[in-house]
Amino acid sequence: MRFMIIVKATKDTEAGVMPEEELIAAMAQYHEELQKAGVLLDASGLQPSSKGARIAFAKGKRTWIDGPFAETKELIAGYTLIQVRSREEAREWAMRFPPPHGADRDGVIEVRQLYELEDFGPSEAIGRFRDLGAGPKK
Amino acid sequence: MGAVAGSDAEAAIEAVFRIESARLIAGLVRMVRDVGLAEELAQDALVIALERWPESGVPDNPGAWLMATAKHRAIDLLRRRTLHQRHEDELGREASARRARAGPDLDAAIDDPVGDDLLRLVFIACHPVLATEARVALTLRLLGGLTTGEIARAFLVPEATVAQRIVRAKRTLAAARVPFEVPRGAELAGRLASVLEVVYLVFNEGYSATAGDDWMRPALCEEALRLGRILAGLAPKEPEVHGLVALMEIQASRAAARIGPSGEPVLLLDQDRSRWDHLLIRRGLAALERAEALGGALGPYALQAAIAAGHARARTAAETDWDRIVALYDDLARLSPSPVVELNRAVAVAMARGPRAGLDLVDALVAEGSLEAYHLLPAVRGDLLVRLGRSAEARSEFERAASLTRNEAERKLLLARAAAC
Repeated sequence: MRFMIIVKATKDTEAGVMPEEELIAAMAQYHEELQKAGVLLDASGLQPSSKGARIAFAKGKRTWIDGPFAETKELIAGYTLIQVRSREEAREWAMRFPPPHGADRDGVIEVRQLYELEDFGPSEAIGRFRDLGAGPKK
Repeated sequence: MGAVAGSDAEAAIEAVFRIESARLIAGLVRMVRDVGLAEELAQDALVIALERWPESGVPDNPGAWLMATAKHRAIDLLRRRTLHQRHEDELGREASARRARAGPDLDAAIDDPVGDDLLRLVFIACHPVLATEARVALTLRLLGGLTTGEIARAFLVPEATVAQRIVRAKRTLAAARVPFEVPRGAELAGRLASVLEVVYLVFNEGYSATAGDDWMRPALCEEALRLGRILAGLAPKEPEVHGLVALMEIQASRAAARIGPSGEPVLLLDQDRSRWDHLLIRRGLAALERAEALGGALGPYALQAAIAAGHARARTAAETDWDRIVALYDDLARLSPSPVVELNRAVAVAMARGPRAGLDLVDALVAEGSLEAYHLLPAVRGDLLVRLGRSAEARSEFERAASLTRNEAERKLLLARAAAC
């Protein structure tokens, strides 16, 4: 089972403020623990929304909209992907996540499970492949 | 961390134990020099945790709490045993004295930052004095934290069989007086090979699981990957460890593409590559790089990983660098020859140099005879004959392949290929 731990944005992350030494160390230590447990799949911080953009889909058209975006609470600042054997394990690891904005600052992280292939039906892509004349021969 | 609510408490506590148990047992093994006793003490600590934590909450450092609890019980136990031993026959005195000098490490630090304890436990669980099934069962139990029931379902054997294997394994280790040290020097290579063999065996059991199987079987792939990744952290200077991890990551990346809609296996070259997990491919390529960066000639796992990487890097089957893959198979065939390696090499040669060249190699395998009952041999031969325009011969090869496979969906496919000739 795979889970994503999402660190939500704050005014500081949006302002591109460098985290303090202790926070960087705490994050590194935590991710090292994940790695040593064979549980870490991937992790990264995201640059502020001022460097990003959105694409709006409306009335059949797409519109590119440059950041920054005002609703900080809706933005994410980073993610960590883990592979675990149960929801309870995911919970335990997530509960060990260091306070994401510093030991004495408030913050929120979100934990979400990834869809796995069993969650989808039989492969339609294989069928499409067949129709193209590629894929498994009949 | 606060108190855990009601019936979720047990599951949460067991999850914590699952995370901490391998290191806990490893540390206790160092203390008490007995695998069976170490496991019992760990279990005792879990029981106490299940009693106390629902009220007090999971402690901030659960690993340390469990270790301290288990250690106290260990000290009590060892004191009682020492007293008991003083009343024993004088003949036992020499042995006791030797043991006391070697002595359990009662003041052992709780932490094991370098990971030596865990590495020691891995080597013990995979000790060559144990039969392979015993090593597998003991590894999954002590390092994977799987229950005997889960191991039984994963390997399609009765639970009692697994329980016995584990009991006997612990007895064998004790009787053989296996030293509780990480092997060094000349011994290391062989002992490491034994560990990697166990991990890859577990992976392959999971990889060979079919759709109807108990969900524990595919979960074996994840467990093997997890153990491999842990090992890579514990023994970072061993290229074959990284090689095995690379191989498993890349093979696992194909899980979604390997089974067709009717449950038939889909061959690598026919797979929908958009269903490959590119996160795992990236991890596999990174692990392969670590193996290569350590220098020296690639070992068998790294070579197999390099071959898998050759496929993983190609966006389509047609873009595969077949010459490179043939060269890798040449190295693998020299290092770790087997008829199956030779068959895969023949497929690569056919892609690189044409079906005639591949057929020569396949015919040599047919003559050699060891793959007589292996359905992929006639399947490959049939494929090459089709490409050479020899339809009648191809048909009988596909029919032969169909008669040899036990997978019903695959059988239908092979018969269909025969009919199309």
